[in-house]
Amino acid sequence: MNLYEYQGKALYRKFGVPTPEGYVAFKPEDIKDVTKDVVIKAQVLTGGRGKSGGVKFASTRDEAMEKAKEILAMEIKGHKVRAVLVEEKLKIEKEYYLSILIDRSTRAPLIMASPDGGVEIESVPDERIFKYRVNPEIGVQPFVGRALSKKMGFSGDLAKQFTKILINLYRMFREYDAELVEINPLVLSEGKLIAADSKVVIDSDSLYRHKDLEENAEEKTPLELEANKAGYAFVELDGNVGVIANGAGLTMATLDTLLLYGLKPRNFLDLGGTDSVDITKNAFTYVLKANPEAILVNIFGGVTKCDTVAQGIIAAKESFNIDMPIVVRLSGVHEEEGRKMLADAGIHAFADMRHAIEKLKEIMEGSQ
Amino acid sequence: MSVIVDENTKIIVQGITGHQGSFHSGEMIKFGAKVVAGVTPGKGGMKVHDVPVYDTVEETLVHEPDATMITVPAPFVKDAAFEAMYNGIRVVYILTEKVPLHDALDIVTYARSHGHVVIGPNGPGITVPGKTKMGIMPNHIFKKGTVAVASRSGTLTYEIVNALTLNGYGQSTVIGLGGDRITGLNFVDILELFEKDEDTEAIVLVGEIGGTAEEEAAEYIKKNVSKPVVAYIAGRSAPPGKRMGHAGAIITRGKGTAESKIKAFNEAGVQVAEFPWEIPQALKKVYK
Repeated sequence: MNLYEYQGKALYRKFGVPTPEGYVAFKPEDIKDVTKDVVIKAQVLTGGRGKSGGVKFASTRDEAMEKAKEILAMEIKGHKVRAVLVEEKLKIEKEYYLSILIDRSTRAPLIMASPDGGVEIESVPDERIFKYRVNPEIGVQPFVGRALSKKMGFSGDLAKQFTKILINLYRMFREYDAELVEINPLVLSEGKLIAADSKVVIDSDSLYRHKDLEENAEEKTPLELEANKAGYAFVELDGNVGVIANGAGLTMATLDTLLLYGLKPRNFLDLGGTDSVDITKNAFTYVLKANPEAILVNIFGGVTKCDTVAQGIIAAKESFNIDMPIVVRLSGVHEEEGRKMLADAGIHAFADMRHAIEKLKEIMEGSQ
Repeated sequence: MSVIVDENTKIIVQGITGHQGSFHSGEMIKFGAKVVAGVTPGKGGMKVHDVPVYDTVEETLVHEPDATMITVPAPFVKDAAFEAMYNGIRVVYILTEKVPLHDALDIVTYARSHGHVVIGPNGPGITVPGKTKMGIMPNHIFKKGTVAVASRSGTLTYEIVNALTLNGYGQSTVIGLGGDRITGLNFVDILELFEKDEDTEAIVLVGEIGGTAEEEAAEYIKKNVSKPVVAYIAGRSAPPGKRMGHAGAIITRGKGTAESKIKAFNEAGVQVAEFPWEIPQALKKVYK
């Protein structure tokens, strides 16, 4: 789950990582008196807000309210602005970069730090990004901060500040089950290192143990949210073939195959467990809401009984009055009974994926 | 010889009285696996498929177990895995999905520094046709043979194993590494074992988009693998996934896409099949 900047910064403060002074405003009236220049930042779950006009400055309360009103009405790259963060305007002497994420290849947390922080960080060459692989059994001890400080060009008090930030950020990363914590830029302002921005991603599988975090609506369509709630992995795509399959890998392979055959999937739907008539039947609800022109079901049963799956498909066809073509690939335990049941109900059924998709192509081309 | 487990491996099942644990223990026994005990706290004294159930892993040690299959719900996986490793169980297979990432990190870190092997989390397990099975792969698709399969997914693995069997290619070992971001084994680890395995003559890798495990496997194959390798990559049609801040882009530097993986494999002399059912044909070109 992505956190908004203001939520991420609240965690930073909790763990002793310095942030600018400020507060979040959900409406222009929330703006307080302005005693020194402020920056007003759109709170939105996407990058590039600066370039889209989502960051503005103000010197008076009236000006701040007006700017906040403008920003709150914005949509940035299709994302609604939830709130604005009003912060003291910092005197920035230099911008650094600091992040911790889980590196899949080394199966360890990886710290990345660069003296060249800021919006162009992705084009900074590798030799200017210092990486440190954390051994989770050791954690981040002060020596890691000293070693990285040296590479970053920090000495004396700044090295101490940096080390403290690093240790605290790692503590937060572990305690809050983060996939990523990123500070870009980490700024040097009047002798202090301050996290001027925050990007925090919390592992969704661990949210059950972080009840203090407000759940952010995920970046999903209403139909996706509805299907996910019912237990289906579901993603809307822009084609016209509704897809129901089991297992993420097989579902992905089904979409790939459709595209290679010149057919366009309307969705990704992974049934997960297929051991029930209802799970199979209800999956059609969401696919039908996406208005496809045909439906492909690709089930490699494994231990699932194919007659159960067939019953679910037939029940869906009958109770939802589906008259568009349905092509089914059904393989697994009791597969012959399953396919016979489908054929008797007027549904095309095949033992392998290739013939099912070829049949679907034939039908869809014939109907044009 | 076989990889990680064989016909003598004594397996316990943590969570054996649950729906998954009980059903799959039965299937494993039918396949010939030696399931010696089960563990469910509070259910000690029961029997499941004639297998004795205990309250703790410690109590199962009288059966001298070598491996455990963990089927407990995600919030309890870390506890179960550490209970097994603390009691000296060498191979820990985690079936459970949605295990918190940092729990997986702790489990895998400990395992790697103390000589344990972790399979999963969130994978279908390991099958050695004719010898044993620890996991949930369907029994009927396998045939004993010389092709080893390693995969990052579940059902797609069955699809490909099934295609191999139907085309006369039996399997030496089939392993699902797990679909999570942190897994106990990656392609490089398993390639090392397959290369050494006398029963394995050819290797099939089933990868998917995300991460750089396939690119690393390709590099490893170039230098260290003499056996023929073919591959399939799922997800070439997938829209770009969620961005992991700038950090995600810095660390992958353009790798991780299906294109990058296919290119890396091709450069390592690995045939990449366009469709899952073309794996046997791809194998025919480089093997027999």
